[in-house]
Order: sequence, then C-alpha cells, then structure tokens
Amino acid sequence: MKILMLGWELPPHNSGGLGTACLQLCRALSRQDIDLEFVLPYDADHGIDFMKVTPAQPQGVASVIRSGIAYDSYKYVNEDGSEEWLNIYDQVALYEESVAVLVEEKEFDIVHAHDWLTFRAALRVKALKNCPIILHVHSIEADRAGSSFGNPLVHEIEATSFALADRIIAVSQHTKNCIMREYGVPGDKIEVIHNSIEGGDIAPLSDENAYKYLEVMRTLGYRVVVNIGRLTIQKGLTNLLLSAKEVIERAPKTLFLIVGSGDQYYELLTLAASLGIGDKVLFTDFQRGKNLRDAYKVADLFVMPSVSEPFGLTPLEAISFGTPSLVSKQSGVSEVLRNSLKVDYWDIDEMTNQIVSVVLSDSLRDELMRNCALEYNKLSWHDASTKVTQIYRDHHVGARS
Amino acid sequence: MTDTKAIVLYLHVHQPYRIRHYTVYDTAHNHNYFEAPYEDRRSNERILHKVAEKSYLATNTRLMAMLAENPGFKLSISITGTIIEQLERWSPQALKSFQDLFNTGRVEIVAETYHHSLAFFYSRAEFEMQVEMHKKKVQEVFGQTPRVFRNTELSYNNDLAVWADRAGYKGILTEGWDPILDWRTSNFVYRPTYTNQIRLLMKNYKLSDDIAFRFGNHDWAEFPLTADKFSHWLSEDENATNFNLFMDYETFGEHNWHESGIFGFLEHLPKEWLKTDGHSFMTVSEVIDTFEPVDVIDVPQTITWADTERDLSAWLGNPMQSTSIQQLYDLQDRVISTKDLALIEDWRRLQTSDHFYYMCTKYFNDGDIHAYFSPYETPYEAYINFMNAYRDIIYRLTEHGVMT
Repeated sequence: MKILMLGWELPPHNSGGLGTACLQLCRALSRQDIDLEFVLPYDADHGIDFMKVTPAQPQGVASVIRSGIAYDSYKYVNEDGSEEWLNIYDQVALYEESVAVLVEEKEFDIVHAHDWLTFRAALRVKALKNCPIILHVHSIEADRAGSSFGNPLVHEIEATSFALADRIIAVSQHTKNCIMREYGVPGDKIEVIHNSIEGGDIAPLSDENAYKYLEVMRTLGYRVVVNIGRLTIQKGLTNLLLSAKEVIERAPKTLFLIVGSGDQYYELLTLAASLGIGDKVLFTDFQRGKNLRDAYKVADLFVMPSVSEPFGLTPLEAISFGTPSLVSKQSGVSEVLRNSLKVDYWDIDEMTNQIVSVVLSDSLRDELMRNCALEYNKLSWHDASTKVTQIYRDHHVGARS
Repeated sequence: MTDTKAIVLYLHVHQPYRIRHYTVYDTAHNHNYFEAPYEDRRSNERILHKVAEKSYLATNTRLMAMLAENPGFKLSISITGTIIEQLERWSPQALKSFQDLFNTGRVEIVAETYHHSLAFFYSRAEFEMQVEMHKKKVQEVFGQTPRVFRNTELSYNNDLAVWADRAGYKGILTEGWDPILDWRTSNFVYRPTYTNQIRLLMKNYKLSDDIAFRFGNHDWAEFPLTADKFSHWLSEDENATNFNLFMDYETFGEHNWHESGIFGFLEHLPKEWLKTDGHSFMTVSEVIDTFEPVDVIDVPQTITWADTERDLSAWLGNPMQSTSIQQLYDLQDRVISTKDLALIEDWRRLQTSDHFYYMCTKYFNDGDIHAYFSPYETPYEAYINFMNAYRDIIYRLTEHGVMT
C-alpha cells in the first residue's frame, strides 16, 4: 500500500510539535510496511531513510527556503536567481499547484494530509485522482486563536475539507469534540488517535547544563518552573505569569524559564516586569538543540497552561528528561497522561496552589516523576500507527473491491 | 537693567558602556557584559572611535582655535567617568585634546556622577561615592576641581539643591522648564529654595535646542540659522544677564554632521557675539560670581532636560525600567560587602542611565529620537540583555556567599 503524505514541516526545520509528530508517526508506519512519500513545501536535508521526502516546488523555482520558525516567511529563489517572499495564503495556493503537478505521474492509494495548510492540496488530488483522502488534525483554527473564531479564511478551508474528507483523524478527544462543535462534522467520521512519543529520539545530554545560573540557584534552594512553546494566546502564558506572581509571593525562591518566541513575546516580557517579577522570569527566545533539552532538564516542574491544546507533546518530552508536569485540562495530553497535575487554564488560584505545592515539596515532585516515568516507558507510536494502518485498510480501494 | 550680557555655553560629554547581546546562556558563564565584537553595532570601542573622530577631535580642534582667536571666549564642560575611561583606552588622542582645552584655563569642568547614574534617587551613599569618584578622576586627568554640580540628565529637585549646597558647590544646573519658571525667564541667576549659598542656572531650552535640535531642520522657519542672526536674537532681550546654552557635546559633529554647517556656526558665534560692548562669554562659576540671584526657585518634583515631559519618564516610565533599576539598587549592600572591585565596578556600570533609556517604550513606534540613540532594535531587547547581566551579578554574589 502506498501513501502520499502531505505535510508542512519536519524536524529539524520545525516550529513546534507538528513536525515532530509527523516524523515519529511516519517512522512507526514504515515499520508496519507502509510505503510512504512525504511531500513538503520546501527543500532541506532531513537525514531520513525510512521514507521518501519530496519538495513540492513550483515550476521555475530553484529552491524554497524556510526562514527561522515563522509559518509565514518562505523565500522562493527562482531559477533566474531572483528571490521573492510569499505570505502564507500564497504559499498554500502554490503548494496546492505544485502538488497537483507532482501527482500527475505518481501512483499511490491514499492521501494522508496534516493540518489545514495541506488540506487544499489534498482536495485537489482527490479531484484529480479520485483517491481517498484522510485528514489528520493536529490543531484547528479555534485552538490556535485561543478559543475564538479565528481567521475566517482558514476556518473556511477547514470546514470545506472536513466535509469532503473520507476520514478524519483527531489527535485527541478534545480535538474531536472541537471539530464536531465548530464544524458540525458527525462523530463517526472522526477517529481519535492520540499522539505518542519515542524516547529514542532524544539525544543524550552533556554534563554542563546551558542554564548554569538556574543550576546554581537550585543549589541555594531555588526551584525552577519551565514552559516551552510558542508565545501565543493559545498557550495561556498570561495566566501562567499571573500565577507566577502569586507563586513567588508564597515561595520566593521560585524561578520561571520561558522558552520560545511568538507574537506575545514583548507583551509577556512587559507583563512580567509590570508584575514586579522581571528578575525571576527568564526569557530565552526560540531555542533548539542543547539549549532546548537543557531547559527540560533544569526544570523541577514543566507547566503547559494552554487555553486549548489539541495534543501537546512537550509534557511527554519533559518526562523523558526527568521532569514532571502540570498541564491544562484543555489539552489532549491530559487524556493520556495520568500522573501529572492538571488544572483548568483559567483557574489561576489552583494553578498557583499546585505550582507552590511542587516547588515547596521535593517529595511531591519526585513521586510525580517516579509514576509518570512508568507511564512514559509504556508509551510508543506503535499503537497509534497500528490504528492508522487500519484506517488505511478501510479506505484502500483495491482491498475493498 | 544691565549692560552686561553673557553667553554661558555648557557642553556635556558622555558615552555609556553599552551592554552587548548577553543571553541567559551567558549568565553565570562569563561576566563580559560590555565588550561586543568590534563589528557589532553595540561595540563601545567602535562607537567611541566614530564619535571621537566626528565630534570630539573635530570640535576640540575648533574650540582651541576659537579660544586663541577670541580672548573673551570661554565655556564649561562636564565629562563623565565612563567616557574618560573609554578615551584613555581607545582614543588617547581625543583625551589629549580635552586636556589641552582645560589647560587653557578658560574651560571650567562641571561635577557629576562618575557613572552618569540616577543614584541620587535610589541611594544617597552610592550617589555620594560616585560624585567623589568623579571628582578624583577629573582632578587626576584634567587638574581641576569642579565647583558647580549637574546631576545626570540635568535631573533636579529641591532635595538635590540642598544636598549640593551642603556639599559646598557654588552652583547647580538644571532645565529652565516653563511650569517651574512661570512668568520668569531662564536668563538670570537664581537661588534654590531652602538654600543660602548655592546658585541655580537654568537652561534656556529654546535657544539651546535651536542649535542642538533645530539647526539642521530644513522645515524650520528660521532655517538656516547663522551666528549673526542668533546673536541678534540674544541682543534683543534687554533685561537678560545670561543665556544658558546647555547641550550635549555630540551636538557638534555627531547629532549635527559636519555637512550641516554646525562647525561654521560654532566658529562664528564668538566673533558675532563679542562685536558688541558688554557682551561676553562666562563659565558657570563666573556667571554665579558676577550676578546676584533675582529670585528663589522651588522644584518639589523632579525635572530633567528630556522629552516634552521634562521628567524621569524616559528612564523610569515603564515597568521594565522602574523594576529593573530598583532591583539593581536592591543589591547595593551585598555588592559593596564583597569588596570585589571588578564586581562593584560592573554593578556601577549597569547603573548608567542610558541602559534604562534604551528600554523606553514612549514613542517607540514613532521611531523617534529614542530609537536614534539606542544600539538595540527594540526596548525589549535592551531589557533582556540588562536582566541577564543583572542575574549574572546575582550569580557572582552567590559565589561570594552573600546571596541567600
């Protein structure tokens, strides 16, 4: 069975969890003898050997270069050497055109597309080749917009695509509920397949932690609370900072490390200063590699206070570095992770209560960690990929006939 | 009524130690806050080379010639400890040119804090230490003991005047701000309220800004400004005794480039002004010795020479500024107790008011004068660098065992 997979990013050129989830799912699928070709909107060396990765390049374009982490900055270098930058809608439209050209000479059984950025291309392929399309929903516009309506153009693409999809995979019950609520899609069209994590993907740590200041302060009795993610409204960091002020009042030896960038960066920076906790909240900007891994490791508690989080891989990554988590109940990961603290994202008092409890009690921290580590060891992408493979079989035209 | 009219030209020389791109990953790893690579826009050495060439050397050459040609020409200069250090290190030639100026005996040096800080508003002990450091430094480098005081950014209030009076200064400088002067003008000598001996000189901001800010503005109705037109304006004020022209030294050659004609204006000003009998130039001490105070000035709130607000809001107006400076001064007792001179000096360099000015978000979106003077892309970047350096100071305190 051959699957044409349409995606927007893969590590190391990923801005967040989407690329990581795609890569790990694909690796698990390849172990189930699924033949995969992954089409990306840009060129890069991914060092991937278990599937074919193809850049979808428009005609006359020599290369498409992704800049930094932003979704909306792609540089197109034309064959004549000229360059141009395209906005996100133009990129989505161009990706659709490129995929349409690309599939003319390709044979495959099913199209599996990840998130709205690739859904238009999936619909186009369905129209051209009359093949089944499976849409994999890692987040919907209402999540990204922090529970409001969001961008109407994106909303429309999602609504149309969900209506025309043969099958929809949601990364959590939370997301399935959102799709049903926001788009009126019947529940039996949507399969929940939780994301997972592969411990083997995590590189070994070197001895010297990048956050030496935090390590030194820990030896003086300070405790460190870490958040990693985009600094956008969806991630609920305003509430975390409001809680941080309360935490520091009750447990002054608490430091907060905020790793990431986004449109709220300066707003949050100013908020921390306004709350009088600017000395205890460290902002690092976007990080990857060692600086990212060491942030997980230096933490006593990882907090993911998202307003709406379809899945949320970071708390699982935190466990792999020996750090327990506090997650919002509005996250998909809270459905699968039993041994973590959980709080409604709006409940700042309770968030404060739980953070204070951990930073003042190493035994609570250690017991949480001991138990979530047991859960973590059982996690694998195998179950998820088995479920995905079953969906492929259900929709494989040749198998049905 | 008086027959005598004096121009009191006072120039302020300062450069801070700008903080380099200093991240969380530098904190506790290295204590190098101020040394950016030479090609970096935040390189203090590079900026100093540029401003020394375009402004200090170019202007001092002309000032020396003006002093030689015009026996009546005099001026006053304040020069911070941080810029003297930088000149010693990176431009001995420019330092020599300042020494030559002071050696003429017709250039008076003005007292201030060594680190161009706002310490007066946070710690009297630290403030007095920095004033003393500055006094020692200028005695050593320029052979003069200052008798008139100016606080950073001409910040001033009644408390400062009382302090300066008790410290033995004969004069103090500040902004001639209209709400303070009310119906009066800045063109006289005044006495601060609650004092007896000390005298107050207030900047004539309109005339000063004609030179410092409007000189090169082609849209200004008075453009182009010439020395004879400017002298004529001053002559028309029949009652005035002294015109206090206070401005940044970098007005000449840096804020107004050579091409604007600013040096031609400067060179012609004494020639034009001294043509008339009774017209003179005086240093800040001379004007205080010559004229009696005409009234008492009461400044209960703090004023400065900055922005339309003329207050400290350019340095302390937003929470990033007001909290970070407070947090820095909160470390004072612990920093001093270490007796670690390198640490104490770094802590003092972080007090330089420019760091807080770079964090200013007032008018940030307009890309105005604040942006012009900042080596950072945004006020937030300035804050991030500063706080990472601040936390490194805390780390060093932990190494000394004085942070718990």
